[in-house]
Amino acid sequence: MRALIARDLRLAVRAGGGFGLGLAFFLILAVLIPLGVGPEPAVLGRIAPGVVWVGALLACLLSLDRMFALDMEDGSLDLLATAPLPLEGVVAAKALAHWLVTGVPLTLAAPVLGLLLNLPAQSYGWLLLSLLLGTPALSMIGAFGAALTVGLKRGGLLLSLLVLPLYVPTLIFGAEAVKQGGGAALLLLGGVTAGAVALLPFAAAMALRVNLR
Amino acid sequence: MMPELGKYAVAVLSAYGAGIGLIAALVAVSLWQSRKVRAALRAAEARRGRVDG
Amino acid sequence: MSIWEYANPKRFMQTSGAILPWVAGLTALCLGLGLTWGFFFTPDDYRQGSTVKIIYLHVPSAMMAINAWIMMLAASLIWLIRRHHVSALAARAAGPVGLTFTLIALITGAVWGQPMWGTWWAWDPRLTSFLILALFYLGYIALWQAIEAPDTAADLTSVLCIVGSVFAVLSRYAVNFWNQGLHQGASLSLDRKENVSDVFWVPLVISIAGFVLLFLTLVLMRTRTEIRARRLQALLVREQMG
Repeated sequence: MRALIARDLRLAVRAGGGFGLGLAFFLILAVLIPLGVGPEPAVLGRIAPGVVWVGALLACLLSLDRMFALDMEDGSLDLLATAPLPLEGVVAAKALAHWLVTGVPLTLAAPVLGLLLNLPAQSYGWLLLSLLLGTPALSMIGAFGAALTVGLKRGGLLLSLLVLPLYVPTLIFGAEAVKQGGGAALLLLGGVTAGAVALLPFAAAMALRVNLR
Repeated sequence: MMPELGKYAVAVLSAYGAGIGLIAALVAVSLWQSRKVRAALRAAEARRGRVDG
Repeated sequence: MSIWEYANPKRFMQTSGAILPWVAGLTALCLGLGLTWGFFFTPDDYRQGSTVKIIYLHVPSAMMAINAWIMMLAASLIWLIRRHHVSALAARAAGPVGLTFTLIALITGAVWGQPMWGTWWAWDPRLTSFLILALFYLGYIALWQAIEAPDTAADLTSVLCIVGSVFAVLSRYAVNFWNQGLHQGASLSLDRKENVSDVFWVPLVISIAGFVLLFLTLVLMRTRTEIRARRLQALLVREQMG
């Protein structure tokens, strides 16, 4: 399993698409939003938690469709399916790799965005914590969506349509956790992530098996 | 005949219009799809009938 | 006679064909009676004026929007466990019907709120939840259309329906949390349980019955179409193979 994660990480960094692209997109958002909304600090400060979170959602989406598609194309997914590691473990490994390449850099870059968007000073810690807690859910839910659409040629848009509604609880609780400074929202956020990480590998593995038939 | 809708006339009428309109559209599309498939199936079965004898 | 007998497509077609005219007729009766009575023969509410008449469309469609999804969930589970094609096709057939009911609930709900909120759309928790439900329906329908292999499509959409159901419930709580705080009562929402007196109640029940029957009629009709379409596809494939 460690080998699988390492391999995916190497591929992602080498291909460049996953790693830098998500981060760059995230940054672009932080520039575009004030340009669209106006530079008023009070306004920006109020919408900052939501904007950072929506940015995280969209940036995670970018690299999802490649999670299983490349392996499916060259046949290595079939090999993985018959390997000693259960397919659920494969899914978890891929989601973990995705999180390490997308979610973690986003979380680390978030304070910079907070700065650009005039995030209130006391919220920085909560922003980091909420993203740390919530981005694994984004990767795992994204893995489920990617497993569903892996057989489709241009599944990217459909993938977004399927995955974004599933992101709603994480988004709401994540943004609320920042605005409220922890509290119930943070707990609920953690709950959603825990549930997703525990249960979605099974659903995703089922979808992969169906697509590999 | 028309009840006194008062100042909410636009709201009530547009709600009913949209609701009934959407139902009608769904029924119409479903009927059309049903007829289309039935006709195509009949044609395909007729062709198959001819081939099998 | 077990309900599983209708899992046989031929049996289903025979039975549904026999009852469909009656169900359709009953639908027209209930819907016509309920809506006409509600629109023409009920008084205005002293607070909401004539907009209370929208209740005869809004409440039944909102109820059926949820019930349609629950039916799809049940049908998806039956497909995954017992592999009855009729069940999978019935779920597929129900999707657009549920979506339409969701849209009706959204539009009538927004319009009903307009005099009170002063805007044609408000991010009221209930309306927001139905908006998210509409997105779930869209994704479900889109996935069915995107996959060509019938059994694969049935499997994947079933899994999506199940996972979607969990997240739909989660979203409902999240949206309540987002707008009102978790335990506050809904102040902006149109609370349909508030003192619906008898004068409004009877036509409302009839309208609800009408919508339930409408759902049944449409799903029966559309499932029959799906079964025929599946048979058509099989014949066309056989033709192409010469």
